[in-house]
Amino acid sequence: MNKELTKYLSSGHSACAGCGFPAIVRAILGEAKDEVVVANATGCLEVTSTLYPYTAWKTPWIHNAFENAAATMSGVERAYAILKRKNKLPGGDKKIKFVAFGGDGGTYDIGLQSLSGALERGHNFLYVLYDNEGYMNTGNQRSSATPYGAATETTPAGRASFGKTEMRKNLMDIVNAHHIKYLAQANVAYMADLKKKAQKALAVEGPSFLSVFSPCTNNWKFPTSQYVAIAILATETNFWPLYEVENGKHKITLEPKNVKPLTDFLKTQGRFKHLFSEKNKPVIDRMQRIANEEFARLVSLTEKEI
Amino acid sequence: MEHGATIKHDQKKSPKTGDWRYMHPEVDKEKCIGCQTCVPFCPEASIEMKDGKADIDYDYCKGCGVCAEVCPVKAIVMKKK
Repeated sequence: MNKELTKYLSSGHSACAGCGFPAIVRAILGEAKDEVVVANATGCLEVTSTLYPYTAWKTPWIHNAFENAAATMSGVERAYAILKRKNKLPGGDKKIKFVAFGGDGGTYDIGLQSLSGALERGHNFLYVLYDNEGYMNTGNQRSSATPYGAATETTPAGRASFGKTEMRKNLMDIVNAHHIKYLAQANVAYMADLKKKAQKALAVEGPSFLSVFSPCTNNWKFPTSQYVAIAILATETNFWPLYEVENGKHKITLEPKNVKPLTDFLKTQGRFKHLFSEKNKPVIDRMQRIANEEFARLVSLTEKEI
Repeated sequence: MEHGATIKHDQKKSPKTGDWRYMHPEVDKEKCIGCQTCVPFCPEASIEMKDGKADIDYDYCKGCGVCAEVCPVKAIVMKKK
C-alpha cells in the first residue's frame, strides 16, 4: 500500500478493478495543503468506499443523501465558521478545506439544485464531479451526462433506437453562470494537468468546481486495463476538451496537436458498438459534428476574452 | 449529542481486495526505469517505489492491469496465477 497516496483514501475499497475515480480522489486531495473534510453524494464512490463496518476514508467524511452533497457541505462549512468565530472549537482554529465529491447522477441531475444553491451562496468549498456518464452504481441507467448515441439500460440500442437520443447537458456553462472564481474540466489520464487544476481550485476562497472524466470499465464495456488509454483518447478526439475558467476567462489548458477522429474513441467501448453499422452512420457523423462544434465554441470563447 | 454513528478508519477491518484477482502483475525489476508512471493510476494505490523500482502490494491489487498498460517500457506483465 502506497503510504503517500493513501493519506486520505486508503486501499481496501471495493471499487471495480480498473475504475477511474480512486486516482482522481487521491490526485485532488493530494494537493490539499490544509486538512480536508469530505462530503459525498450517493454514488459509486460513496458505496464502494464505505462498506460497513469499514471505511476507506482517513479524513472526516460525511454522507447524507443523493441530492444534497453540496447542501451538506454548506452546512458543515458554515457550522465550522461559526464555531470558529465563537471560539468553541476544541482543536483550535485549524484551517480546513471542504471538498464535496459527486458522480454525474448526483451532480448533473439529482444534486443540481443543491449545488446551484451552494455555489450562489458562496460557501468556501470545492465541488468535484467525477463524470462516468451514467448511473453506473445501479447498472448503467442514462443520466443527463450520458453522451448522444450511447446505449444504456434505459436507452437500449436496437431496431427501434440507436441509444440515447438527447445531447449531453453542458454543466460547465451552468456552473459558470454562478460567477464562481474557478472551474475547470480535467481528465484522470492527464495527471499533471489535473493536479494543477486541483491546486488552483483548492486555493480559491469561496466555491470552486472541477469536472473530471472518469471512465467506467463495467458499463462503458471495455477491458479493466484500459481506463487511462480511453481517457487519453477522449481528449485527443476533442470529446472531452481540457479547459478552465478563471475569474470568467476561458483557457484551453491542453490542445491536442493532431485531433483524432471521434471513431477512435467510440470503437474502444461496447456502449458505442451498435453505432458501427451502416444504419447508424448518421449518428456517428452527428456525434463528430457535436464534438467539433463544441470545441470551436470553446476556442471562440477563449478568443473573445483576450 | 450522540457520537455512536461515527465509523473510524481501521485498515485491519478492510477487505483484502487481492482476492478478486485472477491475473497478477509482475514487475521486471531489470526493465523498470523507476519513472513512477504507474503509481498514481493504480486504483488501489498498491504500487510503491522500493529502491527506485515499482513494487506491488498483492494484498490489495485487484489485477486490473492498468499498471501493465501504462508502463512505457513494458516492465510490468500480467500473468495468470
